[in-house]
Amino acid sequence: MTKLRRTAAALAALATVSWTVSAWPETAAPPPAPEALPPGLDPFANPDPYPSTYHPAPSPLVAIIHADIIDSIAPEIPDGTVVMDHGKIVAMGAGLAAPAGAHIIDAKGRFVTPGLIDPHSHLGVYPSPAVEAMSDGNELTDPDTAQVWAEHSVWPQDPGFERALEGGVTTLQILPGSGNLFGGRSAVLKNVWSDTVQGMKFPDAPYGLKMACGENPKRVYGSKGRFPSTNMGNVAGYRAAWIRARDYLRRWDAYKAKVARGEKAEAPLRDLQLDTLVGVLQGKIRIQNHCYRADEMAQMIDISHEFGFHITAFHHASESYKIAALLKREGICSVTWTEWFGFKMESFDGIEENAAMLQRAGACVTLSSDDANLIQHLNVEAALAMAAGDRAGLGVTRTEAISWITLNPAKVLGIDAQTGSLTPGKMADVVLWSADPFSVYAVPDQVYIDGNLTWDAHDRAHQPKSDFMLGQPVIEAGESHLTGGAF
Amino acid sequence: MIRTRALLTASLLASSALALPAAAGTIVITNAHIESVGPAGDIPSGTIVIQNGKISAVGAGLNVPAGAQVIDAKGGVATPGLVAVGSPISVAEVGEGVQETNDSGTASDRLSAAFDVSYAVNPDSIIIPTARLGGVTDVVVTPEMRRARAPRPTNLLFAGQAAIIDLGQGDMIEKTQAGMVLELGQDGAARAGGARGAEIVLLRQILDDVRYYEGHRTDYDQGRTKTLALGEADLQALIPVVDGKEPLIVTVHRASDILEAIRFAREEKLQLILEGAEEGWRVADQIAAAHVPVMIHAFQDLPESFEQIGATLTNAARLQAAGVELVIEQPSFYTSARTPRIDAGRAVAHGLSHEAALAAITLNPAKVFGVSDRIGSIAPGKDADIVIWSGDPLEPMSAPTHVLVKGVEEPLRDRDLDLRDRYMAIDGLTPGG
Repeated sequence: MTKLRRTAAALAALATVSWTVSAWPETAAPPPAPEALPPGLDPFANPDPYPSTYHPAPSPLVAIIHADIIDSIAPEIPDGTVVMDHGKIVAMGAGLAAPAGAHIIDAKGRFVTPGLIDPHSHLGVYPSPAVEAMSDGNELTDPDTAQVWAEHSVWPQDPGFERALEGGVTTLQILPGSGNLFGGRSAVLKNVWSDTVQGMKFPDAPYGLKMACGENPKRVYGSKGRFPSTNMGNVAGYRAAWIRARDYLRRWDAYKAKVARGEKAEAPLRDLQLDTLVGVLQGKIRIQNHCYRADEMAQMIDISHEFGFHITAFHHASESYKIAALLKREGICSVTWTEWFGFKMESFDGIEENAAMLQRAGACVTLSSDDANLIQHLNVEAALAMAAGDRAGLGVTRTEAISWITLNPAKVLGIDAQTGSLTPGKMADVVLWSADPFSVYAVPDQVYIDGNLTWDAHDRAHQPKSDFMLGQPVIEAGESHLTGGAF
Repeated sequence: MIRTRALLTASLLASSALALPAAAGTIVITNAHIESVGPAGDIPSGTIVIQNGKISAVGAGLNVPAGAQVIDAKGGVATPGLVAVGSPISVAEVGEGVQETNDSGTASDRLSAAFDVSYAVNPDSIIIPTARLGGVTDVVVTPEMRRARAPRPTNLLFAGQAAIIDLGQGDMIEKTQAGMVLELGQDGAARAGGARGAEIVLLRQILDDVRYYEGHRTDYDQGRTKTLALGEADLQALIPVVDGKEPLIVTVHRASDILEAIRFAREEKLQLILEGAEEGWRVADQIAAAHVPVMIHAFQDLPESFEQIGATLTNAARLQAAGVELVIEQPSFYTSARTPRIDAGRAVAHGLSHEAALAAITLNPAKVFGVSDRIGSIAPGKDADIVIWSGDPLEPMSAPTHVLVKGVEEPLRDRDLDLRDRYMAIDGLTPGG
């Protein structure tokens, strides 16, 4: 039965193709008939086979007035206005009057920041509940699994997404785990409720490729008696893969050139693993490289020069502060933590001042969670990092500290033209905080995504809830945000 | 290279010079906003007098004794030193990645209850100065439960015995056999053979065996007893537990498991402390009525397993409101050596009073573990474990400006700052530059 249906579908696809081809002779000046490959065999024909289906609902005209605005670009405005309309920021500044007809929110005593962006999360691929049946984040069957895509493991009902939203996170990158040299493609998601991952995908965000240095891959495979089991094995593994990718690209280029000349040519067999690596070589896919140690980062940079690609970011990057100048020169961001250190040898030298030192050295830095709890408190992580910088005399500004969890992660994800700051024209991804976001006592009162009120701590109508949490003995989320109030 | 070695040696010498305890004379902290967590309450501007490592007076308008060493708090906040609970600080150096440095638990199937973390306390652990920079002066070191072994273990093993240490530079051990750690619920069930129905039955049998052993020591020595569930060291270690002298710390999550643990402890006349208790808020009144203290991870609000679907950030506030003695644990040893205070602050953001939050990381753990005569509040007669903060101790922007353990001012340095200063120089970064 199943087999029959598949055959029928394949026949239907073939029929479509042959119809297209037979249509050519009817045109006036027929081009050289390209040998159209059947659907799915040309890696370059359809770069977005699992497209985003997220279309923001029409959003109203909203003006938040009298807010202390901490943007990631513009200097802090103690009493300012943010206006959103049709999904976009339309105005932001001091002394702006709310436009006529706007829904007005008086934010006196409260704070506004851009929506927070977490560039390193495993929500959905390691969801809650953390049961074996849904532990889908690490394809630990081969050190190179560049062919897997995180979005195919994301469970959109992970209640962790709504907890992150309560913490002000509007966009996040879901990465495969770090057990492999090449872990697979990342998914960039808007933190909106949807019953499919396609409904969460950030429209047109570039893909990332997760790579991993150091202890994890060599432990995973070394403990199985497999390659690699050492750091030198790791590096040989990366190089072998990039050689295959360069060769694959060369074969496809040769094929396309022949076809363009009208010559007969045999198409190379499509290879999903190498498609992803070729995407990196062509500058379309961004390297997101789990790497703790400074010396290992320097090795990875050499590999990128050897094969001609750019590393977008080192993740965890506990020792970035040791090579700040190199990272600045190479234009590589560090995606790090403030407090995490010492849980393994390669994180032994992690320090609280990492972010502040990179900032002062002129290198790009972001914070991230890598954790379903920490993602709810990225603002506090930024405060701790800023405070450590202050004690070191590094004088980090509040604007810079906010950029670590907004604009800079947007840069890492290649979406900084669309989000990450309150600049007019950008997506209206906005958090209204109950208090100074650098205080542990602050919680988001409201979170807007594309101008839509997506979370309201005081209104259950604006509190998304996973299907999983229905019918469970839980308190209503709205009850949990009445600071000091009745339960 | 040689130069680096010389620098290292110099810094080692410097830190050992700092490590010498100052002469324990009279120290006076002046001009402090004192949050005493004790009978002195909250004093907007007060003085603390310390003599021979103990607090001798606290209040507003006290005279400074002649010849005393004065620490001017400059309006900073003085609190009791924080007590980090549920942490392997000093018995584990590098986390999961370097297991040979980790003495926080045993995987032995021949020893469980007798396991004692206090033998592993390492005063040179680099985590200790880091924790002090988070205002931690005392730690309840709890043994970690090792994962149940495949395929199906049938021994309901204990993690072993907790110890209380201070983070000073003398004899760090404050108390051994401070509590016996056991896991029930899902993970305990896995250890007991795969189902909850086995774990309590096995536990009851073990405790019966301990009592039997206690009453038949001579027979036991002569090999004239029935076969007992545990070895002699474990049986001996459990005697204070069955006698109700040492608390049994039970890790448990689900509301029904919490009630089961309370019922069991009542029937067996055990001194119970609940740990985890993510769904504690659902049975808060029963916990309070049973006078059972609760240790929680205040950040835990995810349905991480089917036994904590009800996890919420309001657990702390709800337990406190019901009258439960509340302890906020250190979030995680490796990731948060400096930040147990932040979790307490987070609980405040979700309804707990500031005063209760501070007590949950100072006086309450001291009371629960029976050392409140010595630590946990700023009160005459207690050890001078005191932290002066640049601001609100629960806020991330605040930091300790002075840390005293038993009246000795500790250096505000750790390995993090050594790395920072070395690489600020290498990176060409200058303070204020």
